[in-house]
Amino acid sequence: MITIMRMRTMTSMGTIIMLDDFLFRALLAGVGVALATGPLGAFVVWRRMAYFGDSTAHAAILGVALALALDLPIGLGTLVVSLGVAVAVATLAARGWAMDTTLGVLAHSALAFGLLAASFVPEARTDLSAYLFGDILAVSRTDLAFIWLGALAVVALLVWRWSALLTATLNEDLAAASGINPDRERLVLTLALALTVAVALKVVGALLIAAMLIIPAAAARGLARSPEAMAVLASVVGAAAVAGGLGLSLHMDTPAGPSIVAVAAVAFALVAGLSRRRG
Amino acid sequence: MTALIEARNICVRVGGQEVLHDVSMQIAPREIVTILGPNGSGKSTLLRALLGILPVSHGAVSQRPGLRIGYMPQKLHIDRTMPLSASRFLSLPGRHTQAETQAMLTRVGVPEVADRPMTGLSGGQFQRVLLARALLTRPELLVLDEPTQGLDQPGEAAFYRLIDEVRDETGAAVLMVSHDLHVVMSASDRVICLNGHICCEGTPRVVSNAPEYRALFGLGTQGALALYQHVHDHDHTHDDHTHDHDHAHAHDDKHGHHHHAG
Repeated sequence: MITIMRMRTMTSMGTIIMLDDFLFRALLAGVGVALATGPLGAFVVWRRMAYFGDSTAHAAILGVALALALDLPIGLGTLVVSLGVAVAVATLAARGWAMDTTLGVLAHSALAFGLLAASFVPEARTDLSAYLFGDILAVSRTDLAFIWLGALAVVALLVWRWSALLTATLNEDLAAASGINPDRERLVLTLALALTVAVALKVVGALLIAAMLIIPAAAARGLARSPEAMAVLASVVGAAAVAGGLGLSLHMDTPAGPSIVAVAAVAFALVAGLSRRRG
Repeated sequence: MTALIEARNICVRVGGQEVLHDVSMQIAPREIVTILGPNGSGKSTLLRALLGILPVSHGAVSQRPGLRIGYMPQKLHIDRTMPLSASRFLSLPGRHTQAETQAMLTRVGVPEVADRPMTGLSGGQFQRVLLARALLTRPELLVLDEPTQGLDQPGEAAFYRLIDEVRDETGAAVLMVSHDLHVVMSASDRVICLNGHICCEGTPRVVSNAPEYRALFGLGTQGALALYQHVHDHDHTHDDHTHDHDHAHAHDDKHGHHHHAG
């Protein structure tokens, strides 16, 4: 609060008016999320972890309910539960459980228990749909700070581990022979995923986070010639989808989260059509 | 220790099964060593244990401090969703300049593929790019896991010639895995026959005359025929056949394994 007060006195009036505008905050929040989901989404696509992102996101609902019940920050609740589920999935898969079964069991039980738990918490019951579908137009300054800190942390983590992550994604033996521990890199991605889910929950909601990870990255695949270009382009496509989706929402009075995903899907279809004609 | 890499009495378990039992071996500088064995004999497992990819359940692997290893894995599937040119692949994880990667691609005979996507390369080009990547670390030891997999016979012969040249130029030792006998015989200083444990080892000539080798691969045969005549090594006891292992049983056992061999 103190920093915000100081910001008010120290920054120009223009900035304050911009940040006071809910639409501008929504745009900033969406771009922040796109920053993280771009490169992370590329890994999700390369590693075929789409369902993994989904289950982590579904688990976040349980985190929301628990956080409300225990009077903890919601971001913390979603982060801890998402991380717990992600680690549980990784551990069970490493012990030889079939990946899709493990994910199916954990994702949907986490969602079911989350919805059950939410029904016991009056506050959660009222704004449950905000967490399922996102409520980007209600993003506060605190949310914005949380989103950008989280997104920058994810990007920093991925940039720092980039070469090792890429090698481990390509082939675990190749990575291990180069002195890279594939298990550690998988954990880095799991952590980044949990952080992204916690950050993106408010913007696109638990049900559509996986779409925000996969669709921009898949669209970027058709345009990119290197892994790095694909990661950056995925963020660009994501940010453009946020802008387009918010515009759509404003003019047509559609729900913001689904509008963003719909615009991203159209972008994907356009790129897919273009690259087919070219190739 | 003059050896580049050494395994002392290692046992390796994979998924609760003991795949390697009491294996000891070492590789000297400049040596070309080939590990030979039927499918499922633990060849790749031995390489992966030597490289430290797999943990050993008993014994120890030691590498000369600072040893530079170039590794070419058996199978490398690159997902089509990853846009990856050959030259970018060569810089994973260690960065190399464009001049270095281009020179190495030229050396292994595929100068034209630098900007092509990995997923669009032919089998032969792909294997050569893999070799180029292994060579870029200026290795003292090259580890190649069935490097000619998926190549036709002329391609295979050319590839082994290339490895031989590279050894002469760089002085790197070579440890490779193979299941084709005829190629191995001419290209190796030393051959290790593996079937869960080391059955026999020595120069190609010594090994090809060893009874253990003949038992493993059949008598004087080559290629597919050798695999058909594969006889189970007698040190290698089967859990379900350990008691009353009489002649008739042994015979049955042999017949049973003809199916697996093919």
